[in-house]
Amino acid sequence: MTAPSVVPAPPEAPNALFELLQRLGDDRLVLGHRLSEWCGHGPILEEDIALANIALDLIGEATMLLRLAGQVEGQGRDEDALAYLREAVDFRNCRMVELPNGDFGFTIARQFLFDVYSVVLLDALTHSAHEELAAIAAKALKEARYHVRHSGDWMLKLGDGTEESHRRVQRALDELWRFTPELFATDDIDHAMRQANIAPDLGVLHEQWEALVRDVIDRATLTLPHDVPSAPGVRGGRQGFHTEHLGHLLAEMQIVARSHPGAKW
Amino acid sequence: MVAHLRATIPSRDEILAILDDVKDPEVPALSVRDLGIVRDVEIDAAGAVTVTVTPTYSGCPAITVIERDITDAIQARGFSPVHVKTALAPAWTTDWMSAQARARLKAYGIAPPERAESGRLVQLMRSRAAVQCPHCDSHETEIRSEFGTTACKSLCWCRSCRQPFEEFKAI
Repeated sequence: MTAPSVVPAPPEAPNALFELLQRLGDDRLVLGHRLSEWCGHGPILEEDIALANIALDLIGEATMLLRLAGQVEGQGRDEDALAYLREAVDFRNCRMVELPNGDFGFTIARQFLFDVYSVVLLDALTHSAHEELAAIAAKALKEARYHVRHSGDWMLKLGDGTEESHRRVQRALDELWRFTPELFATDDIDHAMRQANIAPDLGVLHEQWEALVRDVIDRATLTLPHDVPSAPGVRGGRQGFHTEHLGHLLAEMQIVARSHPGAKW
Repeated sequence: MVAHLRATIPSRDEILAILDDVKDPEVPALSVRDLGIVRDVEIDAAGAVTVTVTPTYSGCPAITVIERDITDAIQARGFSPVHVKTALAPAWTTDWMSAQARARLKAYGIAPPERAESGRLVQLMRSRAAVQCPHCDSHETEIRSEFGTTACKSLCWCRSCRQPFEEFKAI
């Protein structure tokens, strides 16, 4: 377990709830887009369909969250304006979800780490003091539990599978692990939301997450990587500091909407 | 005399009967009421109809079609205006599907949903009980994929009658 790092909120973002909703929405929008890249390229037909289905759920969840974010912001932006017309620095997703898909093992390992994060976070958010956020969380939680059944089962199959599948999924875990502290790093936005009983204590979630992850990793005969202590004050995707990959992803995701402003289809 | 006043104001039962004929575009064996997505019907004193629906899956592309079909069906019977309202809470569950709807689903060749699991947060696939084949009733089945041709279905295979079939996901 790593100590959550405390970083200052960006000064241009005074509305903590708007920030929180973007974090939740952008994680799902960006990961949903990444998963959609597998469509037509899955290793087997069933997986092609599964990954596209999960992408659809995540983008649906992002739609609800970003719609609410736009209403909270009160500047007349709807979910499409937020998805298609913001720049990379304005996105608030964690960096793990924007990394390229890699091989199937990498995609599954990332999905598993995210899905477990998603179930513990959404479960806590069903008790949010913000009624509408609680309703979205209750709906999304059902989907996330279904998703983790898929990704968790694949972790067992790949980890406890052939030498090759074991090696690849272990390598993916090792690569991804350093991106996981970001999921639980607490900044001013999280403190404000926690105080208002809108969002949970991320430190508590971190312990819950790690126990659930460890259980599946052990059963999959994989090894949990060593913690990489995160330097206090480190900034990441939640503050708009992304990897180079997000810009490329957005270029593809946003090109049609930006080339044809106001187009309907 | 008030000329624009409607001659008849529909009863709640009339509207519910109309909704029995509005089918799920992706699973036409089921009506929107069978699915359990119609949460409320209100008719005000002037005859305006408000139907409250809840989405099945967050990203289900059928929901806009369903909303349009509901409006069209009620208007086609001469009742207007019609508003379709969305409510997210309580979140939709397949447990709301009636026994009659489950039987219709099975007759259509889709295994009806089991009880939605509400236990542990992370429940892996290996712990699931075998689904009953809708063709031959055998439990000698396996899940080929948790995800199927639409958001609401998974893909299964029956070892007894050697037929593939779909299962309505329990959620």
